Amino acid sequence: MQLLDKLAVLADAAKYDASCASSGADRRHSLGTGGIGSTEGMGICHSYTPDGRCVSLLKILLTNFCVFDCVYCVNRVSSNVRRARFTPQEVVTLTLDFYKRNYIEGLFLSSGIIRNGDYTMEQLVEVARSLREDHKFRGYIHLKTIPDASPELLAAAGRYADRLSINVELPTEEGLAALAPEKKLPDIRTAMGELRWRIEENVDARKAEAKTRAKPPRFAPAGQSTQMIVGADGADDRDILRTSTNLYGNYRLRRVYYSAFSPIPDASARLPLQAPPLVREHRLYQADWLLRFYGFDVEEIAPADGAGMLDLDVDPKTAWALRHPERFPVDINRAPREVLLRVPGLGARTVERILGSRRHARLRVADLTTLRVPLRKVLPFVTTLDHHPKRRLDDPARMRAQFAPPPRQESLFG
Amino acid sequence: MSTFHATVTPPWDERAWRDVARAAWRAGIAPDQLTWDGDGQASLLAGVDVLAQAPVRLAPHVPPDFLALAGSVLCHRDAQRHGLLYRLLWRIASGERALLERETDADVRRAGELAKAVGRDSHKMKAFVRFREVPGERDAFVAWFEPEHFIVDRVAPFFARRFAGMRWAILTPYRSAFWDGSALGFGGGATRGDAPADDAQDALWRTYYANIFNPARLNPRMMTQEMPQKYWKNLPEARLLPTLLAEAGARVQAMADREAEAPRRRIPERVVEPLPRAEGLPALRAAARECRRCELWQPATQTVFGEGPSSARIMIVGEQPGDAEDLSGRPFVGPAGQLFDRALATHGIDRARLYLTNAVKHFRFEQRGKRRLHRNPAVSHMQACRPWLEREIATVKPRIIVCLGATAARAVFGAGFKLMEQRATWMRLDDGTRAFATVHPSWVLRQASGEARDTAYQSFVDDLALLAELADAAQDASS
Repeated sequence: MQLLDKLAVLADAAKYDASCASSGADRRHSLGTGGIGSTEGMGICHSYTPDGRCVSLLKILLTNFCVFDCVYCVNRVSSNVRRARFTPQEVVTLTLDFYKRNYIEGLFLSSGIIRNGDYTMEQLVEVARSLREDHKFRGYIHLKTIPDASPELLAAAGRYADRLSINVELPTEEGLAALAPEKKLPDIRTAMGELRWRIEENVDARKAEAKTRAKPPRFAPAGQSTQMIVGADGADDRDILRTSTNLYGNYRLRRVYYSAFSPIPDASARLPLQAPPLVREHRLYQADWLLRFYGFDVEEIAPADGAGMLDLDVDPKTAWALRHPERFPVDINRAPREVLLRVPGLGARTVERILGSRRHARLRVADLTTLRVPLRKVLPFVTTLDHHPKRRLDDPARMRAQFAPPPRQESLFG
Repeated sequence: MSTFHATVTPPWDERAWRDVARAAWRAGIAPDQLTWDGDGQASLLAGVDVLAQAPVRLAPHVPPDFLALAGSVLCHRDAQRHGLLYRLLWRIASGERALLERETDADVRRAGELAKAVGRDSHKMKAFVRFREVPGERDAFVAWFEPEHFIVDRVAPFFARRFAGMRWAILTPYRSAFWDGSALGFGGGATRGDAPADDAQDALWRTYYANIFNPARLNPRMMTQEMPQKYWKNLPEARLLPTLLAEAGARVQAMADREAEAPRRRIPERVVEPLPRAEGLPALRAAARECRRCELWQPATQTVFGEGPSSARIMIVGEQPGDAEDLSGRPFVGPAGQLFDRALATHGIDRARLYLTNAVKHFRFEQRGKRRLHRNPAVSHMQACRPWLEREIATVKPRIIVCLGATAARAVFGAGFKLMEQRATWMRLDDGTRAFATVHPSWVLRQASGEARDTAYQSFVDDLALLAELADAAQDASS
C-alpha cells in the first residue's frame, strides 16, 4: 500500500477523536539544538476543515487494525473498513515533513489495539522516542495511552510526550459494558490515577531539585485529557457532567472532550439510529466551562429535580439565571467578581474589563456598549446608573421565549 | 492648528516612534499641534520637524504595559495610529496614570482594537505561512505570505525559535525575513513568483486534510470565521474546499442509506489469560477489584487491597485509603503512611515484613472543586467491606493485629470499642489472635500546633512499642 493510501485510511480512522489541542506544554524552542520545533504555551490552529474544526496536530492512528469490538467505533474488529498500518519510521518522517512546512504543531498519535496493550504502546512510544532523540524534535506530541500497558511504558510515554490521554469513552459503566465490552472502567480509572500520580510526583521532584542542576526531565507537562462520546448510550447530561466533575477532581484532567456520536460508515445495527444534535455537544462544553471557570456546580446546571438534560434552546448559564430570578438584577457597579461571572452574557474577560473600568467611573449602558457587552442578553439581568430591568424578571417563561431561537418548521420529510 | 510634524521610519518600529514621541513630549508639543506622517513621506508635510526642537522638560515616565500596547498598535496599517499613541502618552504622562485600565475611554478602546487586530493577524501568520522546499537544496524553505498589517518584524523571531534547524525565508509584499540557521535578517518586499509554486508534500497534506474532515458535521460558517477567505489563496489545502463542501451531503446520505453489514472477516480474538486460582491473596485481590458491595467504588479510582507477605505475622489495619492510595492503588503511601513508616523505623520494624490493609478498601471523599476531602466511612461501608478483611485475616493468619484508628478498631473488635480508653491494651480475638488498637497516624497529622503534634506522635510511637517487643519475640521464634 502506498504512503498516500495509508495516510488516507489512518487519518480517516482518527477523525472521531475530538481533541486537537496543542496547548499547555512548557515553553521551549529549537535555537541552538540543531533540530526544529517549539511550543509557547498557546496552541496554534494551522487550518480549519469544513466541519469547523481546527487542524493543529497531525492526528493519525498508527494502525486501525484492532482486536476490540467497541460498537460505536469505525475501527472495531467486526467493521469492514479498509485497514492499514504505518511503520513507526513512516510516522516520524511524515511528522517532520509536515512540521517543516508549517502545516502542524506536532503529532497526536493513537492506535487500534494489536496483539496486546503493551505491544501497541511500545510502538507508540517508539515514534515519540525517535522524534525526540533521533531528530531533536521539540514540537508538540500527544500520545493516546493504552489503559492496560505496563507502568514502564507509561513512564517512557510521559518522558517524550507533552500530553497523554486515555478515553473513558462512555460516562457510565453500564454504557461501557454494553457498547465496549473489552474496556473496563476500573482499568481506565487506575491508569488515569497512575498518570496523575506520576505527573504530580514529577512536578514535586522538579521543585525539590529547583536549585540544583539535576532536575529530572518533565513528565507530560501538558497533563492528561480524555474524551466521552455523547448520545451513543442512554446517559443523560447530568450523568455526563457528574462523571466529568469526578474526573477533573480525581485526576486533574486538563480537558474532558465531548464528542457527539457521529454516524460512521459500516455502522453496527446496535447503535442508535439518530445522531444526537450537535448543539447538545455544544451545551455540554458550555456547562463544562461553567464548572471549571465560573464557580458553578453540577447541581446548579443540571439539577436533580430536572429532566437530566440541558436546555438545547438557551445556554446553561441563561437557563440557570431563568430558574433563579431571585438572584437578579445584579448591580454592574457594585457586584463582586463571582456574582458578575454568573450574569448571562458576561464572560471572564468582560468581567475583568468591567472591574477595571468601574474603578474610574460608574458605568452606564453606553459604557457597556463600548465594552462590547451583548446588551440584549445582559440588560434583563443587570442594573447600571441609567438602567433597571424593572419587572421583566417576574416572568421567566416570557424571557426564555425571547432568548430561545424561533421555532423552526418541522421538516416535511423528517 | 498643527505647526509641527513627525516621521517614524520604519513606520511600524517601536524604538523609532519612541524617539520621536519622547522628543515631542520633551519639547512640550501638545497632540493637536503635531501631524504624524503615517507612511514616511515627510517632504510633503508642512511644519517643523519635532526632532529639531529643544527639550524643555524631562522624558516622560510611562508604565510598561503602555509600551507593550504601543509595540503592537504601531504594526497596524491605520494611518492615525502614531497620533493616537501620542495622545495616550500625553495623557498618561500628564497624570492619568491608570488610563489604560479605563476601557470605556474612546482612545483606549481604539488602541485596544488596533492591538487586537494586529494580534490576530500575527496569530494567523504563525498559523497560515506555508513553507515550500527549494528544489535541489537540503532543508531550505521559502514561504509567500500576505499579512494585513506590518507584522513581519514582530512575528519573524517566532519562526526563528521554531525552525532553528532549517534555512528559510518568508516573503511578503512589503518586507521579507530570512534565517540562515543562526541569524535573522530582513529585506524589502517581494512577489509571489519569488517563492516556489508547489511542494511535493502538498499532495500528502491535502490527503490528510480531506480525510480528517468529518462530512457529518458540516459547519462552513465556523470554518470561514476562523480561516477567513483572504488567506485561502496561499493555503495548499484550500483548493479542496469547493469539492469537500459540495460532496459532504451525499457522503452522509450514503452512510445513512447503507444497511449494517455482517462482518466479512474477523481479526483473531485477544488471548484471555486464565483465571488465577480462587484461593490465596492474588485471587482475592483480583476479585476485590470488581467489588460493588457498596457505592464507594463509583467515584473512586480503584480498590486498594492489602499488601504484604502472605506469611506475615503482624497485620496492620487502617481506616480507608486516602488521595494518594486511591491513585497509586497501594495502602499507606500518603502522608499518614509516611509518618507510620517513620514510627515503625524508630522501633527498628521493617515494613516489608508486615501485612498492611484497611477496614474499608475504597476512598470515601467529598469533592470541593479540584480537591478531594477525606470523609469518614459510614458503618454501612465498613459492613460491606468486612468480608474482604475477614478473608484477608483468614488467609494471612497473623499472630497479631494492630488497629490504627477507631474505624479499624470497630471493624476488628466490634462497635462498642472506645479507642481513647482502650488504646494500647492487648485484647484477644475469638480465634485466639492477639490484637491492640492505637490512634491513626492521620490523627497525629491533624493536631493543630507543632507541640500537640509532637506529643501525639510520641504517644503513637509509645503505643507501637508493644509491637516492638513482640516483633522481636516473633522474629526470635521464627529464626
